[in-house]
Amino acid sequence: MNEPLLQVTDLKQYFPISRSYTVKAVNGVSFCIYPGETYGLVGESGSGKTTIGRSIIRLYTPTSGSVRFQGKEIGGRLDASTREMLRADMQMIFQDPMASLNPRKKVEDIIAEGLDIHHRAAGRQERSELVGELLKKVGLSPEHAERYPHQFSGGQRQRVGIARALIMNPKLIIADECISALDVSIQAQVVNLMKDIQEESGCAYLFIAHDLSMVKYISDRIGVLHLGYMVEAGTKEEIFSNPIHPYTRSLLSAIPYPNPEAEKRRVSLSYDYASSGIDYAKGTEHLVEGSHTVLATDDEFKAWAG
Amino acid sequence: MSAETILKISDLDISFRTNAGVVHAIRGVDMDLQKGETVAVVGESGSGKSVTMKAVMGLLDSNAVVNSGEILYRRPGDEDAQMIDLLKIGKKQLRQDINGQHIAMVFQDPMTSLDPTMPIGRQIMEGILLHKNVSQSEARRRALELLELVGINDAEKRFKNYPHQLSGGMRQRVVIAIALSADPDILICDEPTTALDVTIQAKILELIKSIQEKMKLSVIYITHDLGVVAKVADYVNVMYAGRIVEVGNVNEIFYEPCHPYTWGLLSAMPDINTDDDRLYSIPGSPPNLLHEPVGDAFADRNPFAMAIDKKAAPPMFKISETHFAATWLLHPDAPKVELPEELRHRIERARKEAEQYL
Repeated sequence: MNEPLLQVTDLKQYFPISRSYTVKAVNGVSFCIYPGETYGLVGESGSGKTTIGRSIIRLYTPTSGSVRFQGKEIGGRLDASTREMLRADMQMIFQDPMASLNPRKKVEDIIAEGLDIHHRAAGRQERSELVGELLKKVGLSPEHAERYPHQFSGGQRQRVGIARALIMNPKLIIADECISALDVSIQAQVVNLMKDIQEESGCAYLFIAHDLSMVKYISDRIGVLHLGYMVEAGTKEEIFSNPIHPYTRSLLSAIPYPNPEAEKRRVSLSYDYASSGIDYAKGTEHLVEGSHTVLATDDEFKAWAG
Repeated sequence: MSAETILKISDLDISFRTNAGVVHAIRGVDMDLQKGETVAVVGESGSGKSVTMKAVMGLLDSNAVVNSGEILYRRPGDEDAQMIDLLKIGKKQLRQDINGQHIAMVFQDPMTSLDPTMPIGRQIMEGILLHKNVSQSEARRRALELLELVGINDAEKRFKNYPHQLSGGMRQRVVIAIALSADPDILICDEPTTALDVTIQAKILELIKSIQEKMKLSVIYITHDLGVVAKVADYVNVMYAGRIVEVGNVNEIFYEPCHPYTWGLLSAMPDINTDDDRLYSIPGSPPNLLHEPVGDAFADRNPFAMAIDKKAAPPMFKISETHFAATWLLHPDAPKVELPEELRHRIERARKEAEQYL
């Protein structure tokens, strides 16, 4: 297989709260993303999925571990050219489109901010042409450039957020719960749009979400996170047809399906880390088959996979 | 009307005065709730599902105007008694006699609906002391019972905890315990699990269901998640732009949907079992109710819209004793429209899967 676009190795992200107490949000997570694919990160709140996204794009400085993006190390101190490359080629779409768009700026200025910072547009004319083109691409019209974020509906605002991420022609877009705040009928529109854009521009996505059915729909490969550990990873077929880890199993069984006769009789599996006797820190990565790996001790692995 | 009807909303019509103009949020809603059953109200944000339930609880904002309609409530076991119109009795009487004691509500975000400065035990006792004529120690005993009922282990220890010491799922359990503290007949759950993780969501839904059976509660769910509806509901009301567009029992809605909006909602859910390239999406966005929609409010987003949809709003057409839908497609003169193929396959698969459980 070709070179990975992003290679995360043993990433740790700790937040010291006081002298005696440190929150270990991410505990040695490794994965890689290849050009043009979609990697889904799922897990409950507090599992560290958002932290991973923010560490990779360097909103946080990783405590330890390596993050390589397009062959360059971006986990530590950044020199000017690496920073320039990182800031242009990796972009983020945030969860709440109202909170992540500056209410005092026009949509054109929000979208063109990247162009302004990196001096990519030759003049006003080219700038507004680029913005207009992009607005069309995300299903808005160029006239919307003159409006403010509050004049849009939730779905339209998220389209503006996507346009802002796309203006730099990034190689990797981190989408952090970017559809959770939207209505069901609008979610589908935005997800379809993201798929179309990927086909056209060949960018890769790191898709962070807690909604497993949507993750399955959009992702090629999936990593399941729990309490800062990557408990299971593999292609979506591997994860969904043959879940090994009890946490993944409980997560899959908790998805409600629009099928009342079956749903009324099904009881979801429960999983409680504290009482399960599993210690993630003791587990090592075990290969199931193909690219499917699970975090377990040797005994646990035998019990679950057997 | 059967004697078991404990809540009857008829022809409810509410608008809001805002700076931008009058927003006609509820445009004629009818709904029945029978004793012991679960009704789900499904719709997008802005469809009016929360406003309808706020009207029942007397929690409407001060800029709301009730143009017409009535919300009738009858105490169970009291069949001769007149039904009380909750919109007519004063706010004070509503708070004293109805809220909490008869109709209780669970809100979306447990962190904002709990008092951060009061231990959870006291918060549960508050309702008991207010509504029931009991001593402190009796109230404490009942509060402990409730904590155990909602599945909180070592209730004695948790009694003195503050909300911030609990996880999101535990907090929602406490909110449910508070709602149950004065033995209500009706429990209204407004998106009770939207702020929670899927694994915890499943547990909370199973909890509400088991409590409902134990206490013979009637439950109204407000949600936008059709998966949740399938799990809990007996009857489903699909709301769109301030109107109920389809109503039926849960099997009718999921296996024989008749309204194009319901079709759209069902198709837009990603299906775990297929690998379609594209997700079906309902085009456009919901109408702005600042401008009164002419004809069918859904017409602009409806691929099956006909000329009449732009002129007149469709009435409720009867499909079976329990199943009604407001779409002109059901008119005898309308052309025959088949279910979208993709959805038909999906329903067939769902039926097959359901047979395994029978």
